Amino acid sequence: MKRTAPASLERGEARLGWGLVIPALAVILLIALFPLAWTLWESLHQHDLRMPWLGRPFVGLRNYAAILHDQRFWHALAHTAFFTAASVTLELVLGLFLALALDRTFRGRGVVRAAVLIPWAIPTVVAALLWRFMFDSQAGIANAVLMDAGLLHHPIVWLVRATTAWVPVILADVWKTTPFVALLLLAGLQTIDRSLYEAAATDGAGGWWQLWHITLPLLRPAILVVLIFRTLDAFRVFDLIYVLTSGGPGTSTEPIALYAFNALLQNLEFGYGSALSVVIFLVTFGLALLYIKGLGADVTGSGARR
Amino acid sequence: MSRARHGAGGRWVRGVLFALALVLLAFPFYWALVASLTPEATLFRQPSLWPRELILDHYRALFATRNFWLPIRNSLVVAGTTTVFCVAVGALAAYALARLTFRGKTAILSLILAVTMFPQISIVSPLYLVLRALHLIDTYPGLVLPYLTFAMPLTVWLLVGFFRHLPRDLEEAAFVDGASRWETFVRVTLPLAAPGLATTAILTFIYCWNELLFALSFTLGPERQTVPVAIALFRGQYQVPWGEILAASVVATLPVAVMALVFQRRIVQGLTAGAVKG
Repeated sequence: MKRTAPASLERGEARLGWGLVIPALAVILLIALFPLAWTLWESLHQHDLRMPWLGRPFVGLRNYAAILHDQRFWHALAHTAFFTAASVTLELVLGLFLALALDRTFRGRGVVRAAVLIPWAIPTVVAALLWRFMFDSQAGIANAVLMDAGLLHHPIVWLVRATTAWVPVILADVWKTTPFVALLLLAGLQTIDRSLYEAAATDGAGGWWQLWHITLPLLRPAILVVLIFRTLDAFRVFDLIYVLTSGGPGTSTEPIALYAFNALLQNLEFGYGSALSVVIFLVTFGLALLYIKGLGADVTGSGARR
Repeated sequence: MSRARHGAGGRWVRGVLFALALVLLAFPFYWALVASLTPEATLFRQPSLWPRELILDHYRALFATRNFWLPIRNSLVVAGTTTVFCVAVGALAAYALARLTFRGKTAILSLILAVTMFPQISIVSPLYLVLRALHLIDTYPGLVLPYLTFAMPLTVWLLVGFFRHLPRDLEEAAFVDGASRWETFVRVTLPLAAPGLATTAILTFIYCWNELLFALSFTLGPERQTVPVAIALFRGQYQVPWGEILAASVVATLPVAVMALVFQRRIVQGLTAGAVKG
């Protein structure tokens, strides 16, 4: 192949490459990137769909200035940060346990993998409803179990107070996503060279030493990838809380994505809602950059393959 | 000697922990299934782990009174159309990105990855305004178009992973035999990639089937609501109709659970290939 004019072949390949990529790329540019730019533009206007007679005056950065003084925004941001930190930490720790256990070959592994996959595959709406049902004040089994165990004397109405409302929310997320985290970590574990453990064992190193000095350092790339995907996912949490608490009681469990949704589609404040959306985008983007640049996560996998 | 004993003990502990983990994972499903088959009155009086009386009333009400077929049909149409379009268009792009060398390839890959990480909410407002201007709110295209925003980058990303893992030998052989790039792609690569295409289609379908935010934002009433929206907005006349909600949850779970079980090996492969280098 190399003997026949490589330059023209290369040019042909480039032409074919672009030709194949362009349809998908056009879709992505047209319906994802272009709207993003539009959100940015919209956020610089005052645009209330309930009051079309006011038009759509340009207000510069006034929406953003308003966000800075918006208590509800800061609370929503704090709720989101709390939810993200709590759920991702629990999922990472439990997922690591599960992955380490799954890494050993044993009978019934297929069953376990299937069981692990189902919570991941079901709609988040369904997961939220299952947990809302289990924590229902009347029909809920959580109260029944806790009272039987003598831990509670009266049934708790979980969803009327912010502190207790977070319990089913975080449990539901941990239940739904830990298996997925375990699967990703398991894939990472299986790339570790077994001979390292054998060598360490012959040198008399125990299980803990191996975990700290071999497994965890070599698992770092996989852990970082999990951290990125889970953090970004948890940060834009919407379905789970919309169904479980609707952000309530009041707005005490409202995450920022839900606040922006309410501003846009409940109050029809498109200017302000767009500004909130832009802020969410920027925070997410910042988090991703932090992980990729700061911690050196290789998300594209390009380092591993050609 | 002590090592062996330790090993056996460890296996026991591990077995018990696993059993516990499985019970915890499975319990919500079991409980939802039992509750969906329990009369409403019993459900509220005293939850019992072992059902004494099973009835199908909630399922009957779900389809007869609430016409749950409608959201199922809507979800099938929207998720199916999105999946077919994305896999067809995405396969071409993924092949080029995985196999051909051309300038700008890395930039495109980074862009696609970045788009998969977009928060959906950040494009709800312009999509709403555009769909409203085009009179597409509360229509099938009004859902398929927004779904492409997350499904398209996802399919391309997954397929690039699959194409990279295909053996090159057969393609190169065809190429040397004088087949053009395009012929090689259609005759050799596509058949080889069929399992990857199927897996990607399944994953894309699951994501679309489960989606809530866009479906909630761009539909107005039951006519075009998808399954997650219909379940999320379930309301009873006097109290929460838990029996029917759980019956609907079981119905909504079935298709994706079956897919997850049947294609578990492939799905795991697809999910991990995209996320963890290996």
